[in-house]
Amino acid sequence: MNLLEDFSPGLFFMQAIILIILIVLLGKFAWKPILSALSEREEGIESALKAAENAKLEMARLEASNEAAAQDARAQRDEMLKDAREIKEQMIADAAGQAQEKADKIIASAQEAIESEKKAALADIKSQVADLSLDIAEKVTRKELSEKDAQLALIDKMLAEANI
Amino acid sequence: MFTAYLKTAFFALILTAFATAQAQDNHGDVDHHEQVVADGGKVNTKEEIKSYIEHHLQDSHDFHLFSYTNDANERKHIGFPLPVMVWSSAGPKFFLSSKFHHDDNAQVLVKEGDATFFKLHSKIYELESGAAAVSYDGDHHPSNAHKVFDFSITKSVFGLLAVGLIIFLLFRSLARQYKTKSIPTGVGRVLEPLVLYVRDEIARPNIGENKYKKFMPYLLTVFFLIWISNLLGLTPFGFNITGQIAITSCLALFTFFIVQFSANKDYWKHIFWMPDVPVLMKIVLIPIELLGIFTKPFSLLIRLFANITAGHFVVMSLIALMITLKAQFGAVGSTGLSVVLTLFISVIEVLVAFLQAFIFTMLSSLFIGMAVAEHDHHEHAGTEEDDVDEVRERFI
Repeated sequence: MNLLEDFSPGLFFMQAIILIILIVLLGKFAWKPILSALSEREEGIESALKAAENAKLEMARLEASNEAAAQDARAQRDEMLKDAREIKEQMIADAAGQAQEKADKIIASAQEAIESEKKAALADIKSQVADLSLDIAEKVTRKELSEKDAQLALIDKMLAEANI
Repeated sequence: MFTAYLKTAFFALILTAFATAQAQDNHGDVDHHEQVVADGGKVNTKEEIKSYIEHHLQDSHDFHLFSYTNDANERKHIGFPLPVMVWSSAGPKFFLSSKFHHDDNAQVLVKEGDATFFKLHSKIYELESGAAAVSYDGDHHPSNAHKVFDFSITKSVFGLLAVGLIIFLLFRSLARQYKTKSIPTGVGRVLEPLVLYVRDEIARPNIGENKYKKFMPYLLTVFFLIWISNLLGLTPFGFNITGQIAITSCLALFTFFIVQFSANKDYWKHIFWMPDVPVLMKIVLIPIELLGIFTKPFSLLIRLFANITAGHFVVMSLIALMITLKAQFGAVGSTGLSVVLTLFISVIEVLVAFLQAFIFTMLSSLFIGMAVAEHDHHEHAGTEEDDVDEVRERFI
């Protein structure tokens, strides 16, 4: 087979025409719409992926801020609880102190009152004793005035005995 | 989808009707033209097989499906004629190829007006005026006739038109689908990855992200044209479109012109005044680089032509084993051997069909990429070309 002899200029010519027509027709009616649709779709997918990524980031950010807020709230609660406990203890302590003070005061005043009562009672008794002594002395005097010294000694003796 | 089936059925019906009509036509008035040759024209000997294969590898002027020899020892050809359009000394002539009555040996002379034509080895010649019969010179070339400019709808042109129509219908339907949905269904689901493959694996990496878009229509068209043509060549219709040197040269020439016309300053600078080499080397490199402009597309045309021709040759030779080995292995043995081997090679040929389309498109985009590249990509390009050749050699 001779290649050059096999070469058919007519076939070459027809092929060139068919190829040009095909390229033009396919380019206009097939390749252009197909390629543009493909790249459009790819861009769509890419932007959708990007949007999803952004949404994910946003979610993570929100979650982080939520977590922080919760942490804050927890800390605040703990703080408040601690404060409350302190106040309670303080109050209990205060109340106890006040009660002690009051009790002390009451006891002190009671003691004072007892003391003064005792003093008053003693003074009363002393005056009664003096009255009694005087009575006794009167009676004794009426009966035995002669024995004055013995009488006085007796009075002292009796007073000493009567001294409480 | 249903209308698509209808369309296919319709075309098949027309084709069958046409073929049958022609067959009957043959019965009618062709009979007396049938040459009574020994053995009824059966293809039985090695020489006959060789000439049959050679005949197949060439383009033909009618669509021949198959031949048989009937009981009366007449050779019958089933197929349909294709229009012949030639530019002769008497102006344009149109007639159907059936006028040649399947003759390919300058036996039948067709008279159209003032011009007389005959067909010899798939080429149409015009007999010089005054001559009554063809005479030959020493090399068995006709001495009193000359070739005419033949732009007939030959079998290859018919095949090309069919392939073009198939591609157009397929991808038009895919393009339509995108109007209503973003993900195609049906056939489109198969076609879309192919388009993506050409774009992302062939055009983008070789031409570059910014410039590939302009060349996509050419690359996609050429890829699918070559691939479908190659595949059609494997069907029993017996097309040999991409095995025609005219077809592959035309494709390569397109790549050549696209490369030269889209080339930028860098490309020409690298050819005529290679940067970063001594002046003497620059001068030595000019002819080499100039030659390279032409060898690149030349390698394209030879590679595709040779691969497809070899494939067809091997497949047909293996089919012929059932005749050539009949004496040694018997009818069953030789047929079995032939079927197994042909099946094996055919499967490889299916791969080659894709591979050659891929390589042609790939190298075209590589050459375009080298022409439009902003910087020096020659070394990189060279290694990739080697890789492709290696891959090809591994498969073939």
